[in-house]
Amino acid sequence: MEAVHEHGHDHHPSGLMRWVTTTNHKDIGTLYLWFSLIMFFFAGSLALGIRAELFQPGLQFLQPHTFNQLTTMHGLIMVFGAIMPAFVGFANWQVPLMIGAPDMALPRMNNWSFWLLPVAAILLIVSFFVPGGAAAGGWTMYPPLFIQGGISGDMTILAVHILGISSIMGSINIITTIMNMRAPGMTYMKMPLFVWTWFITAYLLVAVMPVLAGAVTMLLTDRHFDTHFFNAAGGGDPVMFQHIFWFFGHPEVYIMILPAFGIVSTIIPTFARKPLFGYASMVYATASIAILSFIVWAHHMYSVGMPTAAQLFFMYATMLIAVPTGVKVFNWLATMWQGAMTFETPMLFAVGFVALFTIGGFTGVVLAIVPVDIQLQDTYYVVAHFHYVLVSGSLFALFAGAYYWLPKWTGHMYNEAMGKWHFWLSVIGFNITFFPQHFLGLAGMPRRIPDYALQFADFNMISSVGGFIFGTTQLLFLIVVIKCIRGGASAGNKPWEGADTLEWTIPSPAPYHTFATPPVVK
Amino acid sequence: MMSNLIKKVGGGLALAMYSMLAQAEYALNLPQPATEIARQIFDLHTITMWIIVGIAVVVYGAMFWSILKHRKSVGHKAANFHHNTMVEIVWTTIPLLILIVMAYPATKSVLAMRDTSNPDMTVKITGYQWKWEYDYQQDGFKFMSVLSTPREQLENYNGKSDKGENYLLEVDNPMVVPVGKKVRVLLTASDVIHAWWVPEFGIKQDAIPGFIKDSWFKADKAGIYRGQCAELCGKDHGYMPIVVEVKEQADYDKWLAEQKTKAAAASKDAGKVYELAELKSMGEKVYAANCAGCHQAKGEGMPPVFPALDGSKMVNGPKQAQIDIVMNGKAGTAMPAFGNQMSDTDIAAVITYTRNAWSNKAGDVTQSSEIKALRK
Repeated sequence: MEAVHEHGHDHHPSGLMRWVTTTNHKDIGTLYLWFSLIMFFFAGSLALGIRAELFQPGLQFLQPHTFNQLTTMHGLIMVFGAIMPAFVGFANWQVPLMIGAPDMALPRMNNWSFWLLPVAAILLIVSFFVPGGAAAGGWTMYPPLFIQGGISGDMTILAVHILGISSIMGSINIITTIMNMRAPGMTYMKMPLFVWTWFITAYLLVAVMPVLAGAVTMLLTDRHFDTHFFNAAGGGDPVMFQHIFWFFGHPEVYIMILPAFGIVSTIIPTFARKPLFGYASMVYATASIAILSFIVWAHHMYSVGMPTAAQLFFMYATMLIAVPTGVKVFNWLATMWQGAMTFETPMLFAVGFVALFTIGGFTGVVLAIVPVDIQLQDTYYVVAHFHYVLVSGSLFALFAGAYYWLPKWTGHMYNEAMGKWHFWLSVIGFNITFFPQHFLGLAGMPRRIPDYALQFADFNMISSVGGFIFGTTQLLFLIVVIKCIRGGASAGNKPWEGADTLEWTIPSPAPYHTFATPPVVK
Repeated sequence: MMSNLIKKVGGGLALAMYSMLAQAEYALNLPQPATEIARQIFDLHTITMWIIVGIAVVVYGAMFWSILKHRKSVGHKAANFHHNTMVEIVWTTIPLLILIVMAYPATKSVLAMRDTSNPDMTVKITGYQWKWEYDYQQDGFKFMSVLSTPREQLENYNGKSDKGENYLLEVDNPMVVPVGKKVRVLLTASDVIHAWWVPEFGIKQDAIPGFIKDSWFKADKAGIYRGQCAELCGKDHGYMPIVVEVKEQADYDKWLAEQKTKAAAASKDAGKVYELAELKSMGEKVYAANCAGCHQAKGEGMPPVFPALDGSKMVNGPKQAQIDIVMNGKAGTAMPAFGNQMSDTDIAAVITYTRNAWSNKAGDVTQSSEIKALRK
């Protein structure tokens, strides 16, 4: 707040209206981050409901229909309400700071992109209380099952539309900012990797969110206006929805992981006190992954009975993605190699990311192989796989980034001991939850079932115990964040010895307006 | 509520300890293959896992070495290198070569899996919410296969010991096939997408309404093989298991003859006129197998999604309307069209039963001939 008065020309409203009317990238970044944290806890508690029910065989807490609502909404809200907005929050805060720009290029649109989100969130949450309950056909919304649902189906479609509009506007903003507002001397190949990965991610979003919008619009007209896009009786095809959905859905996976790559590529060099290994190859690998992500979608649908040639094509393309992903992991290792590493909480989460995301990458190769995937499709093996890339991948990178930049955002150091506890309990809880799920999948337990045969009982119980450890641990993060906002050791301009990006040249907390005069990058 | 929770969780933990000591019935790998394709899958998975273990040793070895040795606290000084073209080319090329090596056997298996030519027999399998129908078209009979685990095992949880050995993996009428014969399956569905999956056979194929997809298996050994629906298909997705009984050829022939006799008897009975009591008791069974999942055992339903039948205006009103809804389903809801799933007698029985069960006292009887007349 000190800085605000220093700049003098700020006459923004205070209290609630400040947040409603703000066009400041830092305010909007903060809004995004709090919103995603709230959604994270909401969707996380849905997951705990799932794990409670699966603790033992038999039905204890939830009826099957309620169980299906929980799995569906857990997925939808985590993807669209927690992970994606959290990365947009990071982009809002950090992209202008890292390229030396005074704000985002389109500040009013930025405000609107954010304020659409609570509307969509309310639609999704309220849908639990309408007749028939929330959508229960899975976050993938496959017809004809999705079409059977009640009014919550329409609310979900509307929410997805709103979230999509928000994402597209946010992406246009990020692209415009990066293209036009870089500080003098900052050429594309000098941009920090976090900026690069978001630049590429934003293009992915602009390309695929309209595709999702199209798919759910067709669902809506099938439900209410007698079209038959996905109904064979009227000349349509239910599988066409899956093709369209996954044409969005696979790039979506990379939308949730590329910015995570960016955060980790920023943090590891800082704490290894050594430049990022293979900067150029990191940029090219990110771009290759993004391009390949458009031609692998049908590996989510190996069991629908595609032509053999199509199965083979998607298998080869999918296996190919392992190459640039491997390059990234090798580059991170080479950055650590011969460094002088210290392990503050951001670095712990970043190294945890590299170690555990790699497991998700390995199981990704297993699943790429069509015959093996036929056995594992729609089992807990797949559940384990995507939680290794989305929780120990995306989420761990978000935690790493939060700990890394909290000193810059708040001006205070977070509590290091609590941060470390948060990390270790998260790693342990996470692995207890998800590692046994590989075995469940191999042994033949289908996903999305509220009850299971007796041979799956032991691992489910272990997994549930881990789930509750992991879930309650996240409250620690909330405490760390609140404590850090309220006080703590002063952070200074640059609390991390090895950091070298532009945000560390300005005071902490970052003043309300920064880089009114652009810095010069040599 | 809370104490109940504690009791359940506490009891569960004690049970877990006990079950881990008493029985190590968990599995760490794919099930033992029972077909050539499943064996190929098993081997592919094993090869892939060993390659992964090899790569993991290198990656994690380097990671842990550098975490231990290249840290500031042990006084290591940071180097300043940031690229090396040769190294980067090597670690791009080697993974590429490994992938090509893996792709070769995988491609061979895909081609084998997809080759449905020259089958010894063909069975058409239809997925319904939530049961399977096996149609032996060449032999002129078909039957439904429904979960046979009693509902009280599902809902009234009293500890593991009360559950049968094949809890949730047992059906009333299993699919039966002869050993060592190439069985081609044609898969489709009547309502939503299901997936027919038997892990030991290495077969999983989505059943898509309006389309027919095919796959095949050839079982090595006689025995009973169990699987489950693998595609989320609504409320009772977890309750539509698949059981395949593989019999020796002679036993299979005997089973086949029995089925044919039954089918012939059923078609002879088709026009028979029944008394109210007879129809009610037949209808009760039909109701339990087909309707109770949603409308519940006592007809109380689960409003508003699944309406109650007990005291329902529809069920106590003119029977034509009720027959219409049972035969043709209700658009926009989970109520399927039972017209092509059930025989005339079954429909007549279940209509008669629901109109005269619980507090419903319509008092009328519906005969199979009335249903037959409605079919075109």
